[in-house]
Amino acid sequence: MLTLRKWLCGTVLSVSACSVNAATELTMYYPVAVGGPLTEVVDGMIEKFEGQHPDISVNAIYAGNYNDARIKALAALKGGEPVQTSVLFSIDMLELKDMGVIRPFDDFVKTPEDKAWLNSFYPALMENGQSEQKTWGVPFQRSTIVMYYNKDAFRAAGLDPEKPPTTWQALRKTAAKLVKKNSAAEVERWGLMIPSTGYPYWMFGALTKQNGERLMSADGTQVNFNSPGTVEALQFWLDLSNKDQVMPKGTIEWGTLRQNFLEQKTAMMWHSTGNLTAVLKNATFDVGVAQLPGNIEQGSPTGGGNFYLFRNGSEQEQQAAFELIKFMTSPEQSAQWSKTTGYVGVSSAAYDTESLIDYTKKVPQALVARDQLEHATAELATYQAGRVRKMLDDAIQSALIGQQPPKAALDSAQAQAERVLRKHRS
Amino acid sequence: MRNFLFTSPWRRQPWVFAWLCLLPALTLLGAFTYLPVINSIFSSFFSSTGSGSTLYTGFDNVHYLADDPVFIKALTNNAWYALFTVPTSVILALTMALWVNQKLKGRSFLRLGFFLPTLLPMVAAANVWLFFYEPNIGLLNRFLSVFGINGYNWLGDPDTSLGALMMLTIWKEAGFFMIFYLAALQSLPSDLIEAARLESPSRWYRFRKVVMPLLAPTTLFVLINALINAFKLVDHLFILTKGGPNNASTLLLYYIYETAFSYLDQPYAATQTLFLLAVLALVSALQFALSRNKVHYQ
Repeated sequence: MLTLRKWLCGTVLSVSACSVNAATELTMYYPVAVGGPLTEVVDGMIEKFEGQHPDISVNAIYAGNYNDARIKALAALKGGEPVQTSVLFSIDMLELKDMGVIRPFDDFVKTPEDKAWLNSFYPALMENGQSEQKTWGVPFQRSTIVMYYNKDAFRAAGLDPEKPPTTWQALRKTAAKLVKKNSAAEVERWGLMIPSTGYPYWMFGALTKQNGERLMSADGTQVNFNSPGTVEALQFWLDLSNKDQVMPKGTIEWGTLRQNFLEQKTAMMWHSTGNLTAVLKNATFDVGVAQLPGNIEQGSPTGGGNFYLFRNGSEQEQQAAFELIKFMTSPEQSAQWSKTTGYVGVSSAAYDTESLIDYTKKVPQALVARDQLEHATAELATYQAGRVRKMLDDAIQSALIGQQPPKAALDSAQAQAERVLRKHRS
Repeated sequence: MRNFLFTSPWRRQPWVFAWLCLLPALTLLGAFTYLPVINSIFSSFFSSTGSGSTLYTGFDNVHYLADDPVFIKALTNNAWYALFTVPTSVILALTMALWVNQKLKGRSFLRLGFFLPTLLPMVAAANVWLFFYEPNIGLLNRFLSVFGINGYNWLGDPDTSLGALMMLTIWKEAGFFMIFYLAALQSLPSDLIEAARLESPSRWYRFRKVVMPLLAPTTLFVLINALINAFKLVDHLFILTKGGPNNASTLLLYYIYETAFSYLDQPYAATQTLFLLAVLALVSALQFALSRNKVHYQ
């Protein structure tokens, strides 16, 4: 619709007819990481914004996954194309800041209302967006990891479906009871699956937080990959398959895990909240959603995309982009977005809106991610984030497939990351 | 128009006309092939500092190439990958072509069946195979469980993940190359084949001494394409293994992509690209040279 109107403005209609409602033109890129007709939802939100701000016209471009969106936005900036704002990976913040392509929101937040807006977000969602006392990214499509479980399987195993495990020890015991074997002693249903391809570092961020550790310093120049607590967390992950035998050995594929859960090949899985709507829709059994269990404390990293403001375009355009971001993260829009996707509402005010109150009455599982936010921590984000993430990913996988013991794997990842990060410390 | 193009002013200086004809192709090749190559050479001498600026580092990136364990792993993986997928898919393609070239019932369905994998985009095919290989719900393991083999984690085991990728590649490529062989087989001069039949009763002998040499230009074409594909087709890695577990199935081009777009280290990616380019150029040159005495065009 948007592009059609733009095209009409540009080619068919007279200039005067359009110039009125296109005094300021914005371009934004956004990614869609989970399936579904989400581009329509974004277009709908943009249209509403344009209705409220007739002087601003927004060109919202769907740009693939997070990696693609970053590539396209950076290429546009390099090529001198206008792009005033984009939704990109929250963990790209340090690198974007380092490249000098983003502006802090503090440049625009002046009125008391703006300050209230900036303070309205859940603190856990701001961790990946702040650096040097400034805010560079505000939360939009954000998630955490939750535990999905099969309530029917719980009942069949004589477990209380309303009491999912809340500690590591309970998780081990519960998972062991949920393993179902056939007459030939082959496993028909596993107790638990934690995916270890795609984003192993993300799942590991949950396990380490639960063991009282943080994977990196707040400024992103130090990593903590091989402290005793971190090594213990990886050992625990490994033990689930090797010692307790409640999880298959080797790596577990991120992309097929949901299907495994839906086909009851595992009674519990750890996965993004972004899957909630799809899981609830396709499950043939009673689905429970719980916060992740803890050892020393509870915990999950946050994930997903933030809004950024680029150093691009006139002051007037940037101000318009700021207005757009305020609108997109307002309680009503956030509630709408959360309902259609499963992403977390970004502020407590979003959960006070009528539409989300009604929705969570029907689907109480949608509240788990929000309740878990108080235990949430930042997702692994450092300078040279892609490379450092990969070092940790490789270490985790090499331990899970038995190439190296956890300690040796994490020691090597720590040493490699040290070498890369050293030059970013001042 | 015709008169303008083919008469007087051009006649006197034919090179102008020739260059004009070459211009469109040269522009495209220059803009999208040779300029990027030169640009890669240039940028491989710099290092990315993250802040957008670059730093001259001379041959540091080249030295790092030799020290980078992931690059070495990608290189050896790719060598095995080529060594296995190229001959297998070519032999398979030829076998299938010979088979569906005969007069048999349902021949067009067979041909279509063999060609079908080629019609699927690689990413779509990889998504299908992702579920095919799945240890718990996958078709392959369901089939194997009949024989008492259970829960094998094909993509999650470093010993099998690269092999699993190879199988997909062969399945995808063989049908495509079959088409070339089939076309070549159908255009073989029938008098030669008839004459050979009179000379020798052995089918195998006729195949070796008559059919194969006549197919040589096709074989050369298919071999070069298969080899280049072994280095440049990595779409399935994004879906199936992402190079894992622990780089067990990573390939050169995939690693280059990761370096350039995930690590944002374009200079180092440029160095790797040049290395890949050199390898491919060398191998193609070798193939052309070796085949000079074996391949005859009519």
